[in-house]
Amino acid sequence: MSAPQAKHFRAERFDFWSFFFSGLTGLATLFIIGILAVILVNIVYNGWSGLSWHFISTIPQKDFFDIKTTGVLPMIVGTAFRVIVMTIFVIPVGVITAIYLTEYAANNSIITRIIRAAVNNLAGVPSIVFGLFGLGFFINFVGKNMDKLLHNPSAVWGQPALIWASLTLAVMTLPVVIVATEEALKAIPPGLREASLALGATKLETILRVVLPQALPGILTGGILAVSRAAGEVAPILFTGVAYYMASLPHHVTDQFMDLGYHVFVLSTQSPNIEQTRPLLYATVLVLLVLTFALNIVAIIIRARVRKKLRALG
Amino acid sequence: MAELSMPKLNVPAAKTNSPGGSALIEIESLSLYYGASKALKNISLNLGEKVVTAFIGPSGCGKSTLLRCLNRMNDLIDSVRIEGSCKIGGHDIYSPDVDVIELRKRVGMVFQKSNPFPKSIYENVAYGLRLHGVKAKSELDGRIEQSLRNAALWDEVKDRLHTSALGLSGGQQQRLCIARAIAIKPEIILMDEPASALDPIATTRIEELILELKKDFTIVIVTHNMQQAARISDYTAFFYIGELIEFDTTAKIFTNPSKKQTEDYVTGRFG
Amino acid sequence: MSSNTEQRRRSAGWLGIHRGHQARPAEWLAEKFIFLVSLSAIAMVLLIFLFVAREAIPVFFGETNTALVQPTIPVAEMDKHSPAELQRYLDLTPEQFKSVSRETKLELMQGKIDEQNEVPENFRNDPDARINTTDWKYLLQAHQWNGYDQPEHIWQPVGQIKKFNLLPLFAGTLKITLIGLFFAVPLAIGAAIYVSQLARPRVRETVKPVIEMLSGIPSVVVGVFALIVMASALQNIFHYQTRLNAFVAGLALGFAVIPVIFSIAEDALTSVPRAYTQAALALGASRWQTAWQIVLPAALPGVFAATVLGFGRAIGETMIVLMVCSASVMSWNVFDSARSITTTIAAEMAEAVNGGPHYRILFMLGALLFAATFVSNMIGDFVIHRFKNKLEGKR
Repeated sequence: MSAPQAKHFRAERFDFWSFFFSGLTGLATLFIIGILAVILVNIVYNGWSGLSWHFISTIPQKDFFDIKTTGVLPMIVGTAFRVIVMTIFVIPVGVITAIYLTEYAANNSIITRIIRAAVNNLAGVPSIVFGLFGLGFFINFVGKNMDKLLHNPSAVWGQPALIWASLTLAVMTLPVVIVATEEALKAIPPGLREASLALGATKLETILRVVLPQALPGILTGGILAVSRAAGEVAPILFTGVAYYMASLPHHVTDQFMDLGYHVFVLSTQSPNIEQTRPLLYATVLVLLVLTFALNIVAIIIRARVRKKLRALG
Repeated sequence: MAELSMPKLNVPAAKTNSPGGSALIEIESLSLYYGASKALKNISLNLGEKVVTAFIGPSGCGKSTLLRCLNRMNDLIDSVRIEGSCKIGGHDIYSPDVDVIELRKRVGMVFQKSNPFPKSIYENVAYGLRLHGVKAKSELDGRIEQSLRNAALWDEVKDRLHTSALGLSGGQQQRLCIARAIAIKPEIILMDEPASALDPIATTRIEELILELKKDFTIVIVTHNMQQAARISDYTAFFYIGELIEFDTTAKIFTNPSKKQTEDYVTGRFG
Repeated sequence: MSSNTEQRRRSAGWLGIHRGHQARPAEWLAEKFIFLVSLSAIAMVLLIFLFVAREAIPVFFGETNTALVQPTIPVAEMDKHSPAELQRYLDLTPEQFKSVSRETKLELMQGKIDEQNEVPENFRNDPDARINTTDWKYLLQAHQWNGYDQPEHIWQPVGQIKKFNLLPLFAGTLKITLIGLFFAVPLAIGAAIYVSQLARPRVRETVKPVIEMLSGIPSVVVGVFALIVMASALQNIFHYQTRLNAFVAGLALGFAVIPVIFSIAEDALTSVPRAYTQAALALGASRWQTAWQIVLPAALPGVFAATVLGFGRAIGETMIVLMVCSASVMSWNVFDSARSITTTIAAEMAEAVNGGPHYRILFMLGALLFAATFVSNMIGDFVIHRFKNKLEGKR
C-alpha cells in the first residue's frame, strides 16, 4: 500500500522539520479523536446512573423534569415511528435513483450531471431549511389542499404531523441513501453484469437478479446511515410535527409526536433547574446516542467492507 | 418460453469466397467506431458452422471487439457506432427487428476473466436456464448435470453443487462459465481469451474441452497464444490494427501464410 | 422491417439495449419509471427553493406592512377604492379577496378600524409606530429608534413595534461560522494530511472511521456537551463575562464541521496519484517533504473545496448554536453572544403568526440561507470536479 521509504545509507540525522510536521498533524488527529472520546465518555459517565428500565418504559406526566417519575418511552416510540415512516419513503426512491445513475445513465449526459448536482446540493441544504420546506410545502400546501379535497371540517392533514416530519426527513436523507447505494453498485464487478447479459438476461433481469442482491449490504448501509442521521436531527421536525408534550403515544400518521432529540433540547434549555435535571438530561442523551451510534457503527463497518472490496477491484 | 423472434437458422448455400465452407456467420464490410476513432476497418469475413475459428493478432488489433460484435456486447459501451452488416444464419443481427436478448441466448459468450456469480455452483448454471423459462426442478437438475458433464466439471463438483462457485479454482471457474454458457444451448459460443489467466494444466483442460464442444457448437475464440490457435482451431483470422489481414485454414496460416505480415506475426517476429 | 445497411447511430447507456424494448414493453416501462424516479432529487431541490421562496415573496416585493398606526378607510368609503387597493389594505391574497363576500369585506374593514382604535395611546404620536419595519430600508440600515441615542441595527421581533433589522443576524452567523472554521479547518486538514500521507496503513484504517464517527453524533448532543461542559470549562480558562457566547458556539460548531472537511480533504489528498509521491520519495525527499511540497499543492483545490463545503455546513447548523447562544447583539467581540440565522428561524417560527410579516421574514432568511449554501455547494462541487478531471488528465 504505502510507497517505499527512501533508503539512507548513512545513519539518519535528526530531521527537525519532519518531526515537527508529523507531530503537528498527528496531534491534530489525536485532538479530534480526543474530542470524540471526551464527549462520549462524558455522556456515558454522567448518563449511566439515570438509565433504568423504568426510565425507558414510562410515559411521563406533563411535568417531566423529575428523574424519579419521568420516562422517555413516548420519545423513543415517536423517534422510531418517524424514522420508520421515513425509511419507507426514502429507500425505494434513493435506491432507484442510484440504479438509474449507475446502471442506466450515460455518464456525461446533461441530465445525469444535473441529477448529480441536485443530489450534492440536497446533501448541503441546511436542516432548518428542510424544516421550512416541510412547513411551506407539506403542511401549508399539500396538507391544506388535502383537507380541502377531503372536505375535512377541521385541519387533519394541514397541520404539523408525524407524516410530514417523516417526509421532510426523507427528502433530507435522500442523498445519503443515493450515495451509499451508488457506492455499492459501483463495487460490483462489471464482469458479472456482462455474464448475465451474455446469457440473454435483460437489463432489468440483470439488475434484479445479479446486481441488487450483490448490492444489498451497501443499500443496507445507506438505509442505516439515513436512519441514524435522521434519528438525531431536530431542526427539520421543529415545525413539522414534534410536540413538547403528548399524553399518549402517537398511533396515526397525522398525530404529533414527542421526540428524543427534541426532548434533549427541551430538557437542556427549558428546565426550571438545570442542576437538578442534569442526570435526567444525560440519561436522555445517552439513550439518543446509543440509538444513533449503534446504527452508525454498524453502517461504518459494512461500508468499510464494501470499500475494501471496491479497492481490491480497482 | 418466448417464441424465438429470429427465424430458424437456415444456413445459406456455401459461400465460395470463404474458406469456412458453409457460412453461419457472415460479416460484411463491418466498421466500428469508438467515438471518432475507428477500431475496426471494413471487415468482411465468413465463418463456418461447427468449426473452431480463432482470431489472432497483437493487442489492440480489434479481435476482441469483433468478437463482441457477434452478440452485440458492444452495445453496452457508450459511443460505439457500427457500420456494415453482420449476419448470423442469414439474418442481420443489427437490424432493428432483432431482439438482442434472443440473439444473446443463441450466441453465448465466455469471458477472459472468469466471472461466476457469487452464488452456488448449481445456481450459476441454473441462472440462464431460469431466465429462459426452465422452472421444473427435475428438468433443471438434468440440464445442469448435462452441462456440467459437457464442460468436464461434473466429477469435480457433483458433491458440492450447493457450495459457492467462488470456492473453485481459476480453471474450474472458467469451466463453470462454459457450462453456464452451454446450458442454455446456444448455437455459437464466443470465447474471449478463455485461458489467458490460467496455468498450463488448466489451459490444457480448456483446450480439450473446446475440441469436444466443437461437435455441437460453432466456436469463435480470441487468443493471444499462437500455439493454442494452432492446436484447437480449424480456421484462423489474423488481425492487425483493426484490419483483417488474412483468413484461411489454420494449417495454411501457420505453415504457408500468403501475407508477409501474417508470417512475421506467427513466426514471432513482432507482436 | 427489413435490415438496412446504412449507417446506424445508436445511443446507448451502460446497459443500453434500446431495441429490445419494442419487444419488451414491461422492460421499457420499468426503465422510464426508473428514470422518472431518479428525477426526484432535482424536483426536491426545485420544490425547496420554490416553497421556501414562495412564503417570502411578499417581503421581497415590499408587500407587507407592519406599521402599527396606519391610515384607515372608513367603511362607508369602500366603493371609492379600487379592488387592488382594498385587497392590499385588507392583507388578503387576490384569491382570498375574490372568494370573500362583500359583507365579510365590510366586516374586515371595520376590524381594521377597531384594530387601530386599540393601539395604546402612547404609540399614537410615536413616529416609529408609523414605520413599515419590513421595508428594505429598515431591514438593512441602522435606524435611530425612539428612545435610543444613535442609529442602531436591531432585531427585536416582539412587542408593539417589531424591529426586523437583519444585520445582527448576518453578523452573528458570520461570526460563529468563522470561529468554527478557524478552529475546524486547521485541525481537519492537519488530520487529513496525517491520515492520508504520514500514518501507517493500519493506523489509517482505524483512525478514518473513528473521525467519521464524529459526524454520527447528533448535533443536539454536541449542543448539550457545549452547553454544560465546554461553556464552563472555557469560562474558567478565558474568564469572560457571558458564559454562553459566540466563541463556545463556534467551537462546538467546529466539532460538527470537522468530519465534513476531513473526509473531503482526505479524499482529495488520497486521490493524488501515487506516482507523484513515489517520484519525490525516489529523489530522496522525506515523507513530510513529499506531503508538504508535492501532495498538498496538488490537492489544494480539493482542500479548498473541503473548506467551502465545510462553510456551507457550518452556516446551516442549527441546534448547536440554538442551544449555546441566542441573544442578537450586534458585536464583533467573540466573547459576546450572537444569534445566527438558523437559530432565529428555529426559535421564532413557533411564535410567528402563520402568514404574518414575522413569518415571512423568517422564510426569507431561510431562502437566503438556502441560496448561500447552494452557492457554496456549487463552488465546492465545481472545484472538486475540475480537480478530479485534471488528475485524470481530462480537460
